Amino acid sequence: MGIETLIAGMPGTVAQGIIYGIMALGIFITFKLLNFADLSVDGSFATGGAVAAMVIVSGKSWVLALVLAFVAGAAAGLITGILHTVLGIPDILAGILTQLALYSINLRIANNQPNTPISVDKYNLAVSLRYKEDALITVLIFAVIIIAIMYWFFGTELGSAIRATGTNPAMAKAQGINVNFMKALGLVISNAIVAFAGALFAQFNGNADVNMGRGAIVIGLASIIIGDVLCNAIFRKKRNFISTLSFVVFGGILYYLFIAIVLWMKMPANDMKLFTAIIVAIFLAVPYLKNKANSSFRKAAREGGKNNA
Amino acid sequence: MLNAINLQKTFNPGTINEKVALAGATLHLEEGEFCTVIGGNGAGKSTFLNAVAGVWPVDGGQILIDGTDVTGLPEHMRAKYLGRVFQDPMTGTAASMQIDENMALAARRGKSRGLSWGVTKAERGKYHEMLKELGLGLEDRLTAKVGLLSGGQRQALTLLMATIQKPKLLLLDEHTAALDPKTAAKVLEITDMLIKEHNLTAMMVTHNMRDAIRYGNRLIMMNEGKVILNISGEEKKKLTIEDLLHKFEEVSGEEFTNDTEILSK
Repeated sequence: MGIETLIAGMPGTVAQGIIYGIMALGIFITFKLLNFADLSVDGSFATGGAVAAMVIVSGKSWVLALVLAFVAGAAAGLITGILHTVLGIPDILAGILTQLALYSINLRIANNQPNTPISVDKYNLAVSLRYKEDALITVLIFAVIIIAIMYWFFGTELGSAIRATGTNPAMAKAQGINVNFMKALGLVISNAIVAFAGALFAQFNGNADVNMGRGAIVIGLASIIIGDVLCNAIFRKKRNFISTLSFVVFGGILYYLFIAIVLWMKMPANDMKLFTAIIVAIFLAVPYLKNKANSSFRKAAREGGKNNA
Repeated sequence: MLNAINLQKTFNPGTINEKVALAGATLHLEEGEFCTVIGGNGAGKSTFLNAVAGVWPVDGGQILIDGTDVTGLPEHMRAKYLGRVFQDPMTGTAASMQIDENMALAARRGKSRGLSWGVTKAERGKYHEMLKELGLGLEDRLTAKVGLLSGGQRQALTLLMATIQKPKLLLLDEHTAALDPKTAAKVLEITDMLIKEHNLTAMMVTHNMRDAIRYGNRLIMMNEGKVILNISGEEKKKLTIEDLLHKFEEVSGEEFTNDTEILSK
């Protein structure tokens, strides 16, 4: 296969990346703003896909499919929130429990079918791999709308309260903020956006698979971290919330672009999860190692020796 | 303004780590009283403040703030009555948020938080003026992240946030203990200024006897979870460190040996 196949597939690749980016925006809320490692997203991403597929198969419009996927994701987030705040289960474990439970629930939603096909030939879909350019524009519009809403929401009194809860719960309580409510609210919004992305993902690829959420959290983190590193490199001190959010989506695009190139180079598709893990490890390690190189004991000893010589 | 009656609190009851922290502590503060709180380590000073703030429920006793019984209210629901500054400068502010955002959070303490802007333009102007009064140069850094500020600057900001809405009671828990002497003096000065300016009712825990005597119009000493000494009015004005040490021995029946070092002169 020549490079032209890769280039011809580019709009589809970017569209898929933006869908991952939207998912990463949801994960951004828990991971970065709430300081809550929420692993329920692996489940809620697939929930969004399953709900959307069933709505579409039943002959309803894709608009309803997206709305109900959003609501189902919100409910999933609420479960994690209740497990954590009301029942006192640690954050990572609460997310894992929800994720596990959602696997069964997602199968039930999909009538116990592990894979529900939704062909663009039979149904009217929001996005499809068949119409790459249209899909690209549609997901881009969705991404812009979600970024705009997030920018607005986290600047409001309620959004600020969520951010304060994530940064310093002791301070938030002293300012009269109900931190349990804010954590649950953040989880609800986060998983709703993740499920919305799952609904787009299922339509784009023409099927909803019960395993489609596997590794979603790592892909989301990859997008956030890639975006974060680039945003810092480009904007430095001028970086603001809009650029941060935009670069989360950009991180999703870059991540999927990388995957597409690896696939184009004829790497076995089964090794993709390994590649994803390696990418995330690299992007997590680079800022740390760079920082360490700038201020290491070895360097201090060397420089100190020089000055005194 | 504050009526704390016979407060009881035991941590880890029934275990090897059982610790009776409050054993019938009682205190009544009138409006406008600035009460300094002294006592050795483990005397129950911070525990008393935490009980009033509602960090956890008390085992016994009753807490009234301005006539309202708050004994059954959790921390975030009591917050509307209270302004708080903590020992650790990191505790009182949200590091990853801007100075103006932190102040706006405090300005909405006890109010419902909706979908209007977290900080309005009019507020920014007001905060600029308030920060100018501190004289720390923070007024030109409204949009700087609080994490970039020094410990002293953060404590001064926390003080401003605690008094941005007039609290019924201001709780200061050794809020200068983590600062260098010069900064501590400056923060204490700001504290005194704000309390006088707004005629606040306040409690200030301190390990420094000189500060305890110099500031405020009321002084209590705690020991073993009780208020053992209560000085106000003219008596407080004439108080010396020697008097305090002497009084401690009188009331507690113990020699002021170990604690002399802790309650530094």
